[in-house]
Amino acid sequence: MSRVLIVARNTFREAVRDRVLYNLVFFAFLMIASALIVGQISMGIETVVMINLGLSAISLIGLLIAVFTGVGLVSKEIDKRTLHAALAKPLRRWEFLVGKFAGLAVTLAVNTAAMATGLFLALWLVKHSIARGEAVVLVAVYFILLKLILVVALAMLFSCFTSPLLAILFTGGLYLAGLFVSELRTLQVTNLTPEMQKFFAVISYVLPNFGNYDVMGAAAHGREIAGILILHNTLYTVLYCAIVLSAAAVIFSRKDLK
Amino acid sequence: MQVEDGEVFGLLGPNGAGKSTTIKLLMGIIFPTAGCARMLGKPVSDVSMHRDIGYLPEQPYFYDYLTATEVLDYFARFHGYSAAERGERVQKMLKKVGLETAGKIQLRKYSKGMLQRVGLAQAILHDPKLVILDEPMSGLDPVGRREVRDVILELKNAGKTILFSTHILPDAETLCDRVGVIAGGKLRGVGAPGAIVGVKATGMEILFELAEGATLPETIRAQVTKSGAGYRVSVGESELYTALEGLRAAGARITSVAQIRPTLEDFFMELVGRDRAQAAAIEVSTQ
Repeated sequence: MSRVLIVARNTFREAVRDRVLYNLVFFAFLMIASALIVGQISMGIETVVMINLGLSAISLIGLLIAVFTGVGLVSKEIDKRTLHAALAKPLRRWEFLVGKFAGLAVTLAVNTAAMATGLFLALWLVKHSIARGEAVVLVAVYFILLKLILVVALAMLFSCFTSPLLAILFTGGLYLAGLFVSELRTLQVTNLTPEMQKFFAVISYVLPNFGNYDVMGAAAHGREIAGILILHNTLYTVLYCAIVLSAAAVIFSRKDLK
Repeated sequence: MQVEDGEVFGLLGPNGAGKSTTIKLLMGIIFPTAGCARMLGKPVSDVSMHRDIGYLPEQPYFYDYLTATEVLDYFARFHGYSAAERGERVQKMLKKVGLETAGKIQLRKYSKGMLQRVGLAQAILHDPKLVILDEPMSGLDPVGRREVRDVILELKNAGKTILFSTHILPDAETLCDRVGVIAGGKLRGVGAPGAIVGVKATGMEILFELAEGATLPETIRAQVTKSGAGYRVSVGESELYTALEGLRAAGARITSVAQIRPTLEDFFMELVGRDRAQAAAIEVSTQ
């Protein structure tokens, strides 16, 4: 087993045993259950309401886990000095970092899958059937997972050079800014100086485009999602994560640990 | 500073002297601003040599929700052992550090001393050529300290090279072939514990018993102190025979005659004292 996988496996095991994670997932199920109730009193549009609320719960809880656990992945290891013994093994720092990232990504995938199962269970309880058109909800869940993985990469990058609190704020801030990337791009055609237009153009391509992952509306209304968007979002996440993790690895490899 | 193959080298110094900093530099946890260090013939930046190095960090801490068995299994995986080999080595190490009955307990329930034992187990799990221990006795009770001392001696007998930092001087005197003393961020001396402080005796100590009513000889009367049921007197080497004759004439029973040598502790305290005096002088001059 490669060294990255050893660290990833350990990270996953440690995360699975952390009760905080269970509390959050329990909270998500509670929200999905409340979607069930709200869906039942929303005559005619119960599926739309349930999918919207369910996906929002999965996204929100996933974001909380991604930001807080993502920041803690490295900073807690530095603070508690748990990584000193690991780095004394034949393990490079970048391998440790990528392993931690992969471990949390798998944890998020398992959590997201569990919450999505809860959502489908709720849908089945209301409709007593799952239509083929609702498979699009799975795509929406997949996009949420991609978004969470990108958030973890950003959280890890920030935690490599700043305090946990600032890393949380930076990650949260960048996530919010990333939701409005398409608005930034449309700003180019409004009445701005050429310099400002260039600035916003550059910024809009540098910022992570979290707006691309939001297909909740389409999923709730059973509209098809183009295959090209699935491919685009997958490649975008892989490439963006690779760049962010490379930067994190460079910083982490030169960092004096206390 | 050079540590020879197969020796036990103690890095001594007060808190904040730079012992852990030196070890962290060697393990690549922090980076030097100048200079270089090599271990097993390779620069310290080369992590491939970590296959042959075992490291116990100062006050080690591991993953709260994992058991000692799981943590040791995790570290063993980096050395490429098969599942059967890992299981065998982990059990052997748990037994060696006295945790065979606590292997299935999550580490968040462990005391500081138990974590120290897990730290020692992970450091020697892969049978390394060089073992680096940062304050291995810290947090241990007398029994634990004795056990760690035994493990170090066992490693020494197996021909391993051991570098360990400590501020517990008797441990260094008992275990080390050589010691290096760091004070104020500088290496102040390297050598065998006896040689580093100088082998020359600074005097002689006589222990004796005296019958009730007997009179002490005039020449040593002022220096004699009570010691348990008997008396103690310290004299210069040249005055030893005169003192012994005087005591014999007084009817004293001599129970012990021994050389007084400076201990590592004396040397250590002198250095620390000198540093503190210098630091105070610097503070005064900068005011």
